[in-house]
Amino acid sequence: MIKDLFYFLIFPGMIFSVLMGGILSWSDRKITARVQFRKGPPFLQPFYDIGKLFYKETILPEHGARLTFLAAPVFALFSATLANVFILLPSIFPGSGFKGDLIVVFYLLTIPSLSYIIGSLASGNPLASLGASREIKLIMSYELTFILALACIVIKSGMSLSISDIIAAQQEGGAFIGSVSGVLLFIVILFVIQAKLALVPFDMSEAETEIAHGVFIEYSGSAYAIIKMARYIMLFTLPSLMMTLLMGGFSLSGFGILWSILKLVVILLLITLIRNTNPRLRLDQAMRFFFIWMNLIAVIAIGLSIIKL
Amino acid sequence: MSLGSYCFRKSLWVFHFGGASCNNCDIEILDCLTSRYDIERFGMQLVGTIRHADVLLVSGSINRKCRARLLKVYNQAPKPILVVAFGACGCTGGIFAEGNVFGGPVDTIIPVDAYIPGCPPKPEAILAGIVKLLNK
Ligand code: SF4
Repeated sequence: MIKDLFYFLIFPGMIFSVLMGGILSWSDRKITARVQFRKGPPFLQPFYDIGKLFYKETILPEHGARLTFLAAPVFALFSATLANVFILLPSIFPGSGFKGDLIVVFYLLTIPSLSYIIGSLASGNPLASLGASREIKLIMSYELTFILALACIVIKSGMSLSISDIIAAQQEGGAFIGSVSGVLLFIVILFVIQAKLALVPFDMSEAETEIAHGVFIEYSGSAYAIIKMARYIMLFTLPSLMMTLLMGGFSLSGFGILWSILKLVVILLLITLIRNTNPRLRLDQAMRFFFIWMNLIAVIAIGLSIIKL
Repeated sequence: MSLGSYCFRKSLWVFHFGGASCNNCDIEILDCLTSRYDIERFGMQLVGTIRHADVLLVSGSINRKCRARLLKVYNQAPKPILVVAFGACGCTGGIFAEGNVFGGPVDTIIPVDAYIPGCPPKPEAILAGIVKLLNK
């Protein structure tokens, strides 16, 4: 029991992943600044932001469901943390985890977006509901792609649904990214991550220039701080899911740590560069992108992995 | 100084309220985000909603229609909030002060923490104002 609480709250759960996510978020902002020839924020900036948000007043909506409004960020934080624990534990302790945890992780990774939707609808703000409707459509478009990609990974690992088996399969036969279908999957999952993190070009649900932060428009103070923490955790969780599924997972011994950090940085660099070199897509363009092109690539990858390419 | 107020000064998020501005001040504000001046190195960010804001930046002259809206926006902000009157129009009314629709300088409507004069203020003046605000 105490061990489980330690896993959930400290390592590899909440505190560790918020720290890692904060560092990744700083690197994201720093890289963005360097791309634009700016100097960029100081290293502790994400933590200053969170500290400041906890210090500020939290305003509740006058018309709207206040309890739901406040509960939604907490749900987002907890499910993101749980997903993180389930993804990281099999890498740290080989053989842990249970049968089917891949599916649990898939659902847990959807809950943050869903709770943002619920919270924004509970606030009673028209722009928030506009953002929520955009977010729902975005979820509908990328979730099918995501599950096709996961199905392909399941096929490649010899029909196993547990993350530790997937890591074991990669340790025997080399990381999945070393095959043609693995490279296709890498592209597909990279764009799914981009959409799940709501980064440009898929940030239409919180487009601050059109609908003023959309789903987050009414959140202030501590509630918004919790949302920020959930988003930092997601910024760490999704790349580590990608590493686990395609690049052989983390390792915590000797040079393994450096190698893991390198993989994480490469994925983050790709995400940031996509974010900085693209304009925001319209919703229909994003849906077409996922429904036609990404699904097509995912299906091709499934075909290739059945004939073991 | 508590940890909270230390973090507060390190991460000011700015919400821009454009009154009846001639738009020149607004363009100068955008200058501060460019690579030459880059206010993000102080942790500042332009946000799109008053609920996330720590600084309410009021530019342009406030006419009689704007007056009530400015008050409403100020009341919607999560406290503590700093108010900056930006440009000659925000500080005193500038060239519009004698117009028949002029609604009063910002400090007659809401409490102001810093004034940045100029028509429009140069980005250097904006940075000087920010530094003053941070050391307050
Ligand atoms: S201060 Fe000058 S530049 Fe700024 S809005 Fe007023 S008239 Fe325009």
